Amino acid sequence: MMDPGLNHILFISTALFFIGIFGFLTRRNLITMLMSIELVLNSVNINFVAFNKYLWPHKLDGLFFSIFVIAIAAAEAAVAIAIIINLYRSHQSIDVENAEDLKF
Amino acid sequence: MSGSTIIFYLLSILTLVSGILSVTTRKIFRAAIFLLFSLIGIAGLYFWMQYEFIAAVQIVVYVGGITVLIIFSIFLTQQAGELLPQQNRKRVLFSLLAAFSGFGLTLLQIIQHSFNKTLESSILPSMENIGNQMLGLEDNGFSLPFEVVSILLLAAMIGCIVIALRSKPTTV
Repeated sequence: MMDPGLNHILFISTALFFIGIFGFLTRRNLITMLMSIELVLNSVNINFVAFNKYLWPHKLDGLFFSIFVIAIAAAEAAVAIAIIINLYRSHQSIDVENAEDLKF
Repeated sequence: MSGSTIIFYLLSILTLVSGILSVTTRKIFRAAIFLLFSLIGIAGLYFWMQYEFIAAVQIVVYVGGITVLIIFSIFLTQQAGELLPQQNRKRVLFSLLAAFSGFGLTLLQIIQHSFNKTLESSILPSMENIGNQMLGLEDNGFSLPFEVVSILLLAAMIGCIVIALRSKPTTV
């Protein structure tokens, strides 16, 4: 086991990104798909902060980027959950297989 | 091996294991709880990197906000104790293949690429520096994106209310 540096953190964020992608591809429930998206967004945030700390410590740009990503992710989650609840009211299900009114 | 290294590996194990459990468990409520632990692990990683402000934002917004929102929406849309349906094997197999090949490709790039660190002296990510730069109007200030994000949050809030508003039953 080596001392952790930039490559270790990039390994973790890559693993988390593809865990999120795997969940997004396998899940068929809208809420669990939203959770996978949150994992993907978080892995991107880890990357921004790690690059800020290890490569450009004379600026704070990575930190601000992750703050704005968090704010936009919060707005996105709120809108997505409003849409999911509305879909549940009209279809009594939040499975993506049943939400195919716009398919053809 | 120092204590800092041990803490780093513990935090990364917590983050990755609860992330994997969150996307594979068949009980949706447990998926939300595992997501919570994964987000706490990421906040711990920010603390480990000594970016305390972003760690606090992570805990307040993600752990305290978004996870609670997800748990409430599970309460509103899911029957209690119902398992998520079993996935068909072919889809899981191909998703695993896609995830692992993407992971391998990205990891290869990371290992082959040599990152060049800047030589300028570092500045502290303290509350004072963050606040001065975020609301600063001079060259490196972030006041315009700050205002744009405020408008975005307002628009998202109004949009949520309009979308989730129960429409009145129309009297014919």
